[in-house]
Amino acid sequence: MSGPIHIQPGETFTLNVGPQHPATHGVLRVKMEMDGEYIVKAETVLGYIHRMHELMGENRTYPQVLPNLSRLDYLGAMGYTHGHVLAVERAAGIEVPERAEYVRAIMVELNRVASHLFWFGAFVMDLGGFTPLMYAIEDREYILDMLEAVTGSRLTYCYFRFGGLYNDVDDDFVNAARAFIPRMRKSLKKYDALVTGNVILQQRLRDIGPISANMCRRYGATGPVARGSGIDFDVRKNEPYSVYPEFDFDVPVYHECDSLARYKVRMDEMEQSLRIIEQGLDKLPEGPIMPKKKPKIIKPPAGDYYQAVETARGSFGIRIVSDGGKNAYRFKLRSPTYSNMHLFDEACEGMMIMDALALMGSLDLVIPEIDR
Amino acid sequence: MIKDTVKQSLQDLFPTPEPVVEEAAAPAAEGEEEQDDKKKKAAKKAEPRVNGVLERDYAAHGYDLDVQLDPGELEAAVTILDQNDFFIESITGVDWIKEKQLEVVYDFSRYDFDRCRVVIRTRTPRSEPKVPTITEIYSGASWHERETHDFFGIKFEGHPHLIPLLLPEDADFHPLLKDFKP
Repeated sequence: MSGPIHIQPGETFTLNVGPQHPATHGVLRVKMEMDGEYIVKAETVLGYIHRMHELMGENRTYPQVLPNLSRLDYLGAMGYTHGHVLAVERAAGIEVPERAEYVRAIMVELNRVASHLFWFGAFVMDLGGFTPLMYAIEDREYILDMLEAVTGSRLTYCYFRFGGLYNDVDDDFVNAARAFIPRMRKSLKKYDALVTGNVILQQRLRDIGPISANMCRRYGATGPVARGSGIDFDVRKNEPYSVYPEFDFDVPVYHECDSLARYKVRMDEMEQSLRIIEQGLDKLPEGPIMPKKKPKIIKPPAGDYYQAVETARGSFGIRIVSDGGKNAYRFKLRSPTYSNMHLFDEACEGMMIMDALALMGSLDLVIPEIDR
Repeated sequence: MIKDTVKQSLQDLFPTPEPVVEEAAAPAAEGEEEQDDKKKKAAKKAEPRVNGVLERDYAAHGYDLDVQLDPGELEAAVTILDQNDFFIESITGVDWIKEKQLEVVYDFSRYDFDRCRVVIRTRTPRSEPKVPTITEIYSGASWHERETHDFFGIKFEGHPHLIPLLLPEDADFHPLLKDFKP
């Protein structure tokens, strides 16, 4: 693996990537100081779609703020609402029926597959391959239709409730989900043959954008970015929540630290999510989806509560500081891409600009989630 | 257990072990394992919490160790966490307007199955809020500190690039202060 090239700052020029650039997947600007094709220094400029969700969290009651959570990450919204309901349930001590827990896990994993599929298509498109996006979107549509039938929305779900779910899944959903698993496994084989095994893609990504394990630690990178750097860290395993201890699944870890490793982690994660969905459907117990006893107005006792969940992009954390009232006194959202994107400035120094865009794609950015 | 080692080395920062025994939390913490009746009585009074290390119930709060210290001891505590392979999760603030104080909260965790979540809190007067930066220990603290500076106006002394991150370049307001009027 050849190291990054260090250039003496001589004659340089400034290049603005963004705020409206297809490679940034949203409104994000990177101010790059360039020496020809090489990046001398990069500075990320954020805040173009900052909406101050944290203040909204303080001004509204806990149920009112629930829809906000799915506006953070429009590709994997289910995981974020899951974090919020778990945090409030922990703070207010609300019990969740078993069936609701299983349905939640199935929904979150379906959404994770959908998110990874879209990333896969968009990432390969960043690199110049257009066709895989079409295949990926077709599979993703299948998931979105399934989720829409149950939750009522295609992307910005507000399906979880404190203590349970908005409505129960029906036989149609269960049958569709069962049919989806073999279909997706076949697709994954197809992607493997069409894209992952492709020599051009491998040459394009191998040794590009190295991120060391120590760099991950200093910046607090989590999720597939950390797992592509040899760090065996998944909140579902390290700090088990919900019914995840009941499932048998592996955490894919690659030690190469390059963009190809991060690519492979996400491709393998889709298979693991399918395993969880399969087991969830097999084990899905009968029963209620909301608890019998639940406070009408949620007022967690005064204190400081934290909840971390593993979303498609990494460890998402919610801190609720309560003063015993209907609203949170402080509502902090720790978003995974924020930390993952932060290391880009350091990691891309000395890289060629086209390689830096490949690195940026491999971080799986969703800008509303960084800006919050 | 990493939790015990870290707890021990963090406790060494505080001069005497007494502050640890005295449990009187400002955001009153209840249901701790170590509490006896005396401490519960002390917690009922709304006395400010004494600096020290507390062990929290993970199931109830979501973290294991809760450290409160003076801004001056911050760098020493964060260095201990750095040596124990912690990664930085986030930095944020809380505005305790009644006590005329701003609290800065640091979250740390480990890439490990031996779970240990550490929360470090430090308080600074509301009139002139300033805390030393930890960007030299954790590069990832840079954005978190800039964000906290945006939202609360807390000055992180020694930060190399303390300009607005999420708010506009010319923003002169701090939206998460409790007396902020839009």
